[in-house]
Amino acid sequence: MQQQISTSAIDKVIVADKLTKKFGNFTAVDHISFEVKRGEIFGFLGANGAGKTTAMRMLCGLSIPTGGTGLVAGFDISKDSEQVKKHIGYMSQKFSLYDDLKVWENIELFGGIYGMKEHEIKAKTDKLMHLLHFEKERDKLVGELPLGFKQKLAFSVSIFHTPQVVFLDEPTGGVDPITRRQFWELIYDATARGITVFVTTHYMDEAEYCNRVSIMVDGKIEALDTPKKLKEQFGASSMDEVFHQLARKAKRIDS
Amino acid sequence: MDKNQNITDIAVSCSNVSKSYKDVRALNKVSMEVPRGQIFGIIGPDGSGKTSLFRILTTLILADEGAAAVDGFDVVADYREIRKRVGYMPGRFSLYQDLTVEENLNFFATVFNTSIKENYDLVKDIYQQIEPFKNRRAGKLSGGMKQKLALSCALIHRPSVLFLDEPTTGVDPVSRKEFWGMLKKLQKENITIIVSTPYMDEAGLCDKIGLIQDGEFLTTDTPRGIIGKYPNKLIAVESNDMHQLLIDLRANELSKDCFAFGDRHHVSIDHALTTDSAATKDIIREIKSFLLNKGHKNLIVEEIEPGIEDCFMQLSQK
Repeated sequence: MQQQISTSAIDKVIVADKLTKKFGNFTAVDHISFEVKRGEIFGFLGANGAGKTTAMRMLCGLSIPTGGTGLVAGFDISKDSEQVKKHIGYMSQKFSLYDDLKVWENIELFGGIYGMKEHEIKAKTDKLMHLLHFEKERDKLVGELPLGFKQKLAFSVSIFHTPQVVFLDEPTGGVDPITRRQFWELIYDATARGITVFVTTHYMDEAEYCNRVSIMVDGKIEALDTPKKLKEQFGASSMDEVFHQLARKAKRIDS
Repeated sequence: MDKNQNITDIAVSCSNVSKSYKDVRALNKVSMEVPRGQIFGIIGPDGSGKTSLFRILTTLILADEGAAAVDGFDVVADYREIRKRVGYMPGRFSLYQDLTVEENLNFFATVFNTSIKENYDLVKDIYQQIEPFKNRRAGKLSGGMKQKLALSCALIHRPSVLFLDEPTTGVDPVSRKEFWGMLKKLQKENITIIVSTPYMDEAGLCDKIGLIQDGEFLTTDTPRGIIGKYPNKLIAVESNDMHQLLIDLRANELSKDCFAFGDRHHVSIDHALTTDSAATKDIIREIKSFLLNKGHKNLIVEEIEPGIEDCFMQLSQK
């Protein structure tokens, strides 16, 4: 039965407790525990093959844990994965809007899928086009937009239904440096409206923009704190150095 | 005979190369010259024309205008000669997924009339890392292993010029560093390397770079040379409230531009205002008191040297 956990727990939008995923003898995610607070930007870092994607898929209700528990937006990821999916947003590293639909059509499609009412979609689309300075692009096919536009649109669509938390999987890969920064300003705007952001990135300067950062090594969370405290803890001058110190310890050859 | 002997000092050159796909101008009058043995980085975002340029230089597509040569051979007239001597690792994994690791390497060696044995010393360092999995199908490899196999296959015929299209995209910082270590070793074998990347922090590892956007080079020079030509003064600022700081700095009339750069914001000050070091000091003092008045605490305001990313942003906004 679906059951949303009481509101006091809801100030924690994500609660992972010894979350584990095994594939045969291989433990991809190994007893990870952490909490993410409402409105927080939580950076989820790790080397390729450390288990980030598997962990993220579990938190999105796409993969059932083999051990431990997880609550996302108050729903149990093992028992209520459909409710989890309804209450989150997701933006993948691969561009996932429809190239052959117009900008407004994409918004309407995704808004509709998430059960938004037509008038609500309409009013919000107007607002969004204004915010993004996209008024002229509204009737263009998404496939015709420059990459930077597409990325900003994909993010805006992923939070269009005002999810409690949005999962961003390497959202800024391949984007030019100015657009990359504008993208982060959109993330700040979203958190100001109470949306929690869970983000993976390979750009270590972006790790600095997160309120807290976790670093996964070989399926385990090896460090979790604010960027400032992590730098102090590891005697490092940048997050890049912190990352190198931790990821170098990885034993998995699979990287 | 060693085919790499008696060849030109300029490994790769192109002048005024243009290429359009229907209405999209992918490359617009691109020119560059790469001396033998250098690592030349083509740095820019997706859609800036990097892959089109690679495909023209590796004779896979034809330019609409302009001329290009590799090892002194023309990309149109002498395309067969070029194909024998270049190695190409495309951005998308392009090996045979249903062949094993060893079969793939053997296949590419055979296509180029050579054998794994003959050039093993060149690929050894890289190939040894995946050799324990030599009977695994390529499609079943992890991303990092695929990358190492692709590089081995691109090298197995001992090319004189190696083209690597975004080999480190989506790769974590530690593995990226490792990959660049491999490139530096190959450079010692006198292989010229043309490598594209969206990561600005890799610029410093190249001998020379071209910053590319919208099908045009914004500039081509050594990384030091590009930094030396940055026209403005750059100031790094941090405070206890970084989000508000960005807003306040942008509202300050002294700042030309302001962007977040990790744990600090970079503010550029127009060169007209900073004619000498005393003027720069005055401006720093002024910005500091402006921010103190806005209530910022733990303020740090100091002049810094720009990085390649600062230069890219400055040049792309012209």
